[in-house]
Amino acid sequence: MNFKLLTDIARSLLLARWRQTLVAAIGVTFGITMFITLLGFMNGLNGLLDGLVIKRTPHIRIYNEIRPNPSQPITRVEEHKNSHHFVRSLKSTNSREQIYNASAIIRTVKQDKRVLDVAPKVSTQVFYNDGAIDIAAAINGIDIAAERKMFYLDEYVTAGKAEDLKNIPNSVILGKPLAEKLTADIGDVVQVTTVKGDRFPLKVVGFYQSGFSQFDKTISIAAIPTVQKILGKSADYYTDLQIKLLDIDKAPAVAKEYAKKFQTSAEDIQTANEDYETGSGIRSMISYVVGITLLIVAGFGIFNILNMMIYEKMDSIAIMKATGFSGKDVKKIFIYIALGIGIFGGLVGLLLGFGCCVLVDNLPFKTAAIPTVTTFPIEYNPLFYIIGISFSLATTYLAGLLPARKASRVDPVVIIRGK
Amino acid sequence: MEQVILEAKNISKQYHDPVTTNVLHNVSFSVQQGEFASIIGKSGCGKSTLLYILSTMDTDYEGELWIEGRKMTGRREAELARIRNEKIGFVFQFHYLLNEFTVLKNVMLPALKLARYKESVIAERAMEKLDILGIRQLADKKANLLSGGEKQRVAIARALINDPMIIMGDEPTGNLDKKNSTIVFDIFRELAEKFSQTLLIVTHDMEFAEKTNRIIEMDDGRVIVHGS
Repeated sequence: MNFKLLTDIARSLLLARWRQTLVAAIGVTFGITMFITLLGFMNGLNGLLDGLVIKRTPHIRIYNEIRPNPSQPITRVEEHKNSHHFVRSLKSTNSREQIYNASAIIRTVKQDKRVLDVAPKVSTQVFYNDGAIDIAAAINGIDIAAERKMFYLDEYVTAGKAEDLKNIPNSVILGKPLAEKLTADIGDVVQVTTVKGDRFPLKVVGFYQSGFSQFDKTISIAAIPTVQKILGKSADYYTDLQIKLLDIDKAPAVAKEYAKKFQTSAEDIQTANEDYETGSGIRSMISYVVGITLLIVAGFGIFNILNMMIYEKMDSIAIMKATGFSGKDVKKIFIYIALGIGIFGGLVGLLLGFGCCVLVDNLPFKTAAIPTVTTFPIEYNPLFYIIGISFSLATTYLAGLLPARKASRVDPVVIIRGK
Repeated sequence: MEQVILEAKNISKQYHDPVTTNVLHNVSFSVQQGEFASIIGKSGCGKSTLLYILSTMDTDYEGELWIEGRKMTGRREAELARIRNEKIGFVFQFHYLLNEFTVLKNVMLPALKLARYKESVIAERAMEKLDILGIRQLADKKANLLSGGEKQRVAIARALINDPMIIMGDEPTGNLDKKNSTIVFDIFRELAEKFSQTLLIVTHDMEFAEKTNRIIEMDDGRVIVHGS
């Protein structure tokens, strides 16, 4: 009853000054609109960039790093176990990049409940020969079906079809800039020289553009058997195992576990792409800061308007207190007024923010690097909207607090006797 | 039935700004149920100050205030607000209507705050009060569209809405012309006689005071005539 009465009075006071109210609410609306739009856009951008990296990067990569054997004879001597060992001129003994027992590892990993999928890969360095020029590049031999499912291969193959790698023997998909350097078109045959000096012809069946020109210039894609053939290796020769997990956050722990279990190297995505995470975090932070700044400015507007309203309504406050409204009631009325502005302005802001997001989402955005993207990226996350309305309520509440306290302390005797 | 409903015991008050002055010196008096009393005195004699202390709005005084046998001195603000809401009706020199609301709503506000009845019942009761004051036809008008005399009558209706134990008036006719003053006085008279409403009115209008049942005269912060 009391709540209804107080909100009723608050509403009447608001409506009586609807123009001022509107100005105050527009301040909040503007703040929230910008907040939602910025956050949606920044996170959309983050999503796009993360998508480029994270979507196409295995969560864990198992490979064989070339390094000196950590188990040297001296480490096996029991009495020197806790001593520091000096071994000079240590050489990496093992030049094989092959993962030992790869098929057994694949089987084991596939049974792990945390793992979404695993795909083998063979990569090697080659030279593309174009007349007198040799261009250093890498060829990644991939499992087409798995690569499509796990790393969205089709999204960045821009010309030709990925299946052709499987269907046409000795075929390759080149990065667009590399193809331009080689002046190779689809259907042409290019020559490669392996590290060991063998020459090998490959048929171009497509081009890809990943969004990273460094990759596009130096890496080309072929089927696993093709690369194994180039290297002259058997069908169980794999240099990498790419694993995707159900929960990306578990990658560091699982990577450590696999490295120990399979006695090989395992790198997790977080370690490999630390800088991307940092960039995303900073972009989000900027949008929060801008949004909050706008809301604080709006808060000052509300503060001013409430202060003015209190001076205008001094008589009303005095008579309400004389006829039995306590200081607390009066304070509540003014807090409700502030919150009313916050709710109204905030909700309109959410709607407008959503509208702006839709608008930006439909603006054409073409970039040569990422051919699959045609409009600006936007993320529609309900969380932004929840945060937005919470912020608007919090700022308006705080803006209303001081004036409301002032109103609650109005001494009716002073006002009434002053007349 | 002679029953003391309001009692002031040795009330003193000082103003400290700019120099300490005593506005009230050990004022003691009481008001009984059904009395129509007026407080008169020269400007600055402390009669309004006394009224605001009696009304519980001013709590900065020495001495004790008792309403219906309960001590008011030292109670908290919210408690006093509730007591005012329930027991005391106010009519000031200025009407203090809320311009945002209709006449009816203005009258209803203190009752809505008290919440003794449902809203529909309160509306009915407010209409009854407006009837008594002969301004039923104004119920749906906005308060700022009324004339001065009408506003003051609405203010009286508002004072009556919770059937208060006492109505306190601070120069209720001070802003009105002769005709409206008479109307307001007649209303007070009617309330006192017909409904045996207790009234305590501060005025400097001797003519007004002489028509009341009891005249309390003050001078220089002291009650010099208690009346009867």
